[in-house]
Amino acid sequence: MDKTLTLGESLRQSGVSRRGFLKFCTATASLMGLAPMMAPRIAAALEQARRPSVIWLSFQECTGCTESMTRSHAPTLEGLILNHISLDYHHTLQAASGDAAEHAREQAMQENHGNYVLVVDGSLPDENGAGYSTIAGISNLDMLRETAEGAAAIISVGTCAAYGGLPYAQPNPTGAIPVSEALPGRSIVNVPGCPPIPTVITGVLAHFLTFGGMPELDDLNRPMTFYGQSIHDRCYRRPFYDRGQFAETFDDEGARKGWCLYRLGCKGPMTYNACATIKWNQGTSWPVESGHGCLGCSEPEFWDVGGFYKALSAPTGDVSRAAAFGALAGAAVALGAGVAGKRKQAEAQEQHERVTVDDLGEK
Amino acid sequence: MSNPTEFLALVRGPLFDVAIAIFLFGVILRLTEILALGRKHDYSESRGGEGRGGWTTIWRRMLPDQEKIKRAPGVTVLGYLFHIGFFVCLLLFVPHIELIYNLIGIKWPGLPTPFIDVAAIVAMVSLAALFVNRLIHPVLRFLSTFEDYFLLVVVFLTVFTGYAAFHRLMEPASSALAWHILSVELMLVIFPFTKLMHTFTLFIARWYNGAMAARRGVQS
Repeated sequence: MDKTLTLGESLRQSGVSRRGFLKFCTATASLMGLAPMMAPRIAAALEQARRPSVIWLSFQECTGCTESMTRSHAPTLEGLILNHISLDYHHTLQAASGDAAEHAREQAMQENHGNYVLVVDGSLPDENGAGYSTIAGISNLDMLRETAEGAAAIISVGTCAAYGGLPYAQPNPTGAIPVSEALPGRSIVNVPGCPPIPTVITGVLAHFLTFGGMPELDDLNRPMTFYGQSIHDRCYRRPFYDRGQFAETFDDEGARKGWCLYRLGCKGPMTYNACATIKWNQGTSWPVESGHGCLGCSEPEFWDVGGFYKALSAPTGDVSRAAAFGALAGAAVALGAGVAGKRKQAEAQEQHERVTVDDLGEK
Repeated sequence: MSNPTEFLALVRGPLFDVAIAIFLFGVILRLTEILALGRKHDYSESRGGEGRGGWTTIWRRMLPDQEKIKRAPGVTVLGYLFHIGFFVCLLLFVPHIELIYNLIGIKWPGLPTPFIDVAAIVAMVSLAALFVNRLIHPVLRFLSTFEDYFLLVVVFLTVFTGYAAFHRLMEPASSALAWHILSVELMLVIFPFTKLMHTFTLFIARWYNGAMAARRGVQS
């Protein structure tokens, strides 16, 4: 596809009507929490935007993030927007392989130095474990540092890139680190999720194309627009939580009636993501709607927070061992003190001088 | 500890284990210590059932004492309100029931959250009022030690952080929950070594008073 085409032109070439495009812009404005009157501005900016060069690096990941974006069942405008960015390097999607693929990356870096968007999915081994993951003989860390240098924006897609994800989970055999740790000091937008919602990825790209910068971020560098509210607060099952109606197993009456899944380990109360509002598969459903608690996949270290089926209020350690240890130690110390006390009492009684009538008589 | 999730994992995991171990260590030590003291054998003839007297007193002293209400109505009412509010929050909020179920394997029905909300506010307002009363009442102030104020603050914190976690007064939610659990762990650790121990010792004291009085044929 011609790289000089604007986004508007290439969308029209693909048969997207002006009405359809404006509808997308209005939806994007609403998703980004902007006023409806911003829609024309988004439309104007997107129309004029040259197709930005995007280099997509995949490190220690499962390709689920790419699958999430590309496996929409119907061609969507989000999908088209993705098609119309100039995806110059992406292992899974590019046709080229071997040297040609690496040349494509180098060429994109040279031609668009300072202007391309770098998208990373997957965590990467730290310096000590460089050999665990290489591409074309280059360690992930070296490739990331080299590619990040000329990037206008860096987006960590998926929980692995954002926080380490599965490779980072205990015992972390490869010494995996998230992108932010590999690039200290660089501003990075995290779009976590396992995988993230496709609309969120395109929303962030649309924001970049419209405003030339990145959206407002939270403390974990996630766009506030999509990660500003917890699953729990936007969950349609929340009224059951407040009424005290919970499913206690996956096939009890509560589960069949669609009651709250908190007791089955739902991590909705601590998870910030847009699943409850945007949903998945073109708004068809989302995990809680399909009867399973939220896993908390857009939060750091969600693999290691004590089990997917353990309620958030429940302890995660071996409490019975700690309790037995405490109780036995308490009983032992108390018994020891008791024995010592009795002995002292007995000694005092032994040493007690008894005074008899005879003693009194002598004096 | 670089992120809120790690903080939450720390307080739900290792710190909770430590807190429970210290709590049980202290409670069992102190109860065994009290019970091991023993009593001298009383050779006099009993004038009434000791057991009945003991249990009656344990129950009777749960009820408001008319004389005390007349003398100190404020403290009496606030004391009841705090205890009722606190125990409603502790024992009838479903996430707490789930915690207890995970610890000892028993569960019971909970209350809808608006009731818990009211109970938490009642408990917090009563505690705050009792704190102020302790500060301004000259006799009470004279008798109070650092521990008295400290315990009021710690207990207030457990309720307040729970309220804050529920209402998202603090972001992110995982930190709010972690602070709540941490404050509860602080309470568990100091529990056996402070006046909080009255939760258990009150039964021993009341039973002893009741049993002793019954033996002598008087009402306790």
